[in-house]
Amino acid sequence: MAKVKIPDNKVQELKDICKSFNNDPGELINVLHQAQQLFGYLPAEVQEIVADEMNVSVAHVYGVVTFYSFFSMLPKGKHPISICMGTACYVRGAEKVLDEFKRRLDVKVGETTPDGKFSLSCLRCVGACGLAPVVTIGERVYGRVSPDDVKKILDEY
Amino acid sequence: MNLVKLTIDNKPVVVEQGTTILEAAKSIGIKIPSLCYMKMDDMNFENKPGGCRVCVVEVEGRRNLAPACKTECLEGMVVKTHTVRVINARRTVMELILSDHPAECLTCAKSGECELQDLAQNLGIREIHYTGEQSHYKGDRSPAIIREMDKCIMCRRCETACNEVQTVGVLSAVNRGFESVVAPAFEMDLDHSVCTYCGQCVAVCPTGALTERDYTWKVIEALVDPNKTVVVQTAPAVRAALGESFGMEPGTLVTGKMVAALRKLGFDYVFDTDFAADLTIMEEGTEFLDRLTRHLNGDKSVKLPILTSCCPGWVKFFEHQFPEMIDIPSTAKSPQQMFGAIAKSYFAKKLDKKREDLVVVSVMPCLAKKYECTREEFSVNGDADVNVSVTTRELAQLIRNANIDFASLTDEEFDQPLGESTGAGVIFGTTGGVIEAAVRSAYELHTGKHLEKVEFNELRGMEGSRKATVDFDGMKLNIGIAHGLGNARKLLEDVKSGKSDFHAIEIMACPGGCIGGGGQPYHHGNVDILKKRQRAIYEEDAGKPIRKSHENPFIQELYKEFLGKPLSDLSHELLHTHYFDRKKKVEIEE
Ligand code: SF4
Ligand code: SF4
Ligand code: SF4
Ligand code: FES
Repeated sequence: MAKVKIPDNKVQELKDICKSFNNDPGELINVLHQAQQLFGYLPAEVQEIVADEMNVSVAHVYGVVTFYSFFSMLPKGKHPISICMGTACYVRGAEKVLDEFKRRLDVKVGETTPDGKFSLSCLRCVGACGLAPVVTIGERVYGRVSPDDVKKILDEY
Repeated sequence: MNLVKLTIDNKPVVVEQGTTILEAAKSIGIKIPSLCYMKMDDMNFENKPGGCRVCVVEVEGRRNLAPACKTECLEGMVVKTHTVRVINARRTVMELILSDHPAECLTCAKSGECELQDLAQNLGIREIHYTGEQSHYKGDRSPAIIREMDKCIMCRRCETACNEVQTVGVLSAVNRGFESVVAPAFEMDLDHSVCTYCGQCVAVCPTGALTERDYTWKVIEALVDPNKTVVVQTAPAVRAALGESFGMEPGTLVTGKMVAALRKLGFDYVFDTDFAADLTIMEEGTEFLDRLTRHLNGDKSVKLPILTSCCPGWVKFFEHQFPEMIDIPSTAKSPQQMFGAIAKSYFAKKLDKKREDLVVVSVMPCLAKKYECTREEFSVNGDADVNVSVTTRELAQLIRNANIDFASLTDEEFDQPLGESTGAGVIFGTTGGVIEAAVRSAYELHTGKHLEKVEFNELRGMEGSRKATVDFDGMKLNIGIAHGLGNARKLLEDVKSGKSDFHAIEIMACPGGCIGGGGQPYHHGNVDILKKRQRAIYEEDAGKPIRKSHENPFIQELYKEFLGKPLSDLSHELLHTHYFDRKKKVEIEE
């Protein structure tokens, strides 16, 4: 984990988020949600500030962040790739597609490539089952993706 | 108080409403097996996540088996604790736990003391019918504690100890499912966290997941080195617990046998940390009287209350959590470090040796002392004042290693000059003891009068946080006492907000004080053991011919020959220390 320096004004915004929930430890999940919206992810420094403000231990905050899959400790890539793992996509081979993305980008799910270009995540059903398996990159949606298409898709970026 | 009547294994029992089946059964001599559950009255420790399900029982009329540790007794309940269904369920649960546990009992540091191992034996598990992937986590070796999380069964007792009792907040369950583990924030090593090394997580861990860093081999190496003079010091609380490691009743005092065993192990000089405790009283007590007098004379620059500083777990706690208050604790070093500093100056000189020729070993009830002796300010040119610190448990190990039949040893006496101590030095081992020892001496030094009755019963006890007023010949001194860092935190917040009117406060990190230290023989949640150790400490005090630190003839000699007087320049150099603001030091691994 590299050190992340958070600009002062963002620190203040983060503190305001905590305050808007009365610094109530019971609201930790909601605070983290908004913090993630603010920063895009939850680096250690953000968790430390939240812990301080909410008067809970950093270990506890980290425990919550790692328990829920919608929290991420890594910055999203410039082009966030999401692969649908809903039932329809799954039975039509989404996992093989995922494996191919993992292999080509050499990252695990939840990680970002070292150049910051791509990040990889899985989604629950996106409701485009007719197109299964579905992959989204940023705003764009790709349907009926097979492992062989992966290279071509990545080359577009 | 509402009572409920029920039967457990056909035996009728009446209990208070709110009692769990587990406790009700215990009260009539039925020991339902449990694993994650642990409760210690008086210590604010209650861990019942209801997670392991080893304690299940059958309750008539219910479809599902009920966890006895979490289920409250109801009127008319009919409980069965060992039906075939129950036994099968218990075995299944146990086999599932064991299927993700490394089978390393033969070489595990916890073997023989492990609750998981005991349970497997009690249930007669001979085969594990489930195989699956085993979880693996990174290990962690700090100067005091080793975490081998592959052996963790997620009972969460350590979390309860660290977060609720100690309020340090180092440990939390992190990750999900198969990957979940108890760890510090960002899964960094303890070394980088705000851990105080109090070792209370180790004291309650049922398995070998958390153990002390073992330095017995370093001791053996020193003992066989012909060029080294090896000196050992033993903390007050050790003599009140070591016997337990050899099957003796808790509370058996084994001072004389311990000295004999240490001599048999080959230590050149067997000394006593109690001597250094007397020395601590001289320095800390004088510092207190000095601050008090100046305060009473209207000097606004002196701060009261004075806080004791003899517990390194507590010291690290306030350095992390209350750095703005680091000028209130006494500057006196802990007895362990005072001993080291004196051994390597005064005593080395007496032997006509260089300090490097001496190896100072300490036997402590404590894990924080392992860390303390590595602190940089406690060494001279890279040579630590205390070279190795081992626990009561490790001493027992050394004794067994050397084929010594501990129970049959004849009592022996400590060596002089650093082995002589008073009753005041002894009671350092229990909560309330340090301040009582200080009061005994401070009273006489301040009033110039003879103290008739040396026992201050108002300072004794087991409540987590206590207050007492001591009459100093007309002047009322308000004394606070806290043991367990959660209780300390409360007292400290009151001091910080100006709400308290204490003159002096004693703080010990461990529940019960050092008798309940993280390096003592495992108590497995039985508070009675701590109470018995406490009684033993007071018993040792009562039997001492001298019971006030300033009357220790060897302490008097030390000042006459070497130090001059308390708070002299040399005393400051050797016996006092300074503290660090560690707030910013919480690092994040790169
Ligand atoms: S040693 Fe004490 S402070 Fe450190 S993790 Fe264990 S209980 Fe917490
Ligand atoms: S480390 Fe020990 S006390 Fe903590 S959860 Fe694991 S088994 Fe329980
Ligand atoms: S109370 Fe005693 S055993 Fe516990 S950390 Fe402090 S000095 Fe060590
Ligand atoms: S001991 Fe009851 S659930 Fe673990």
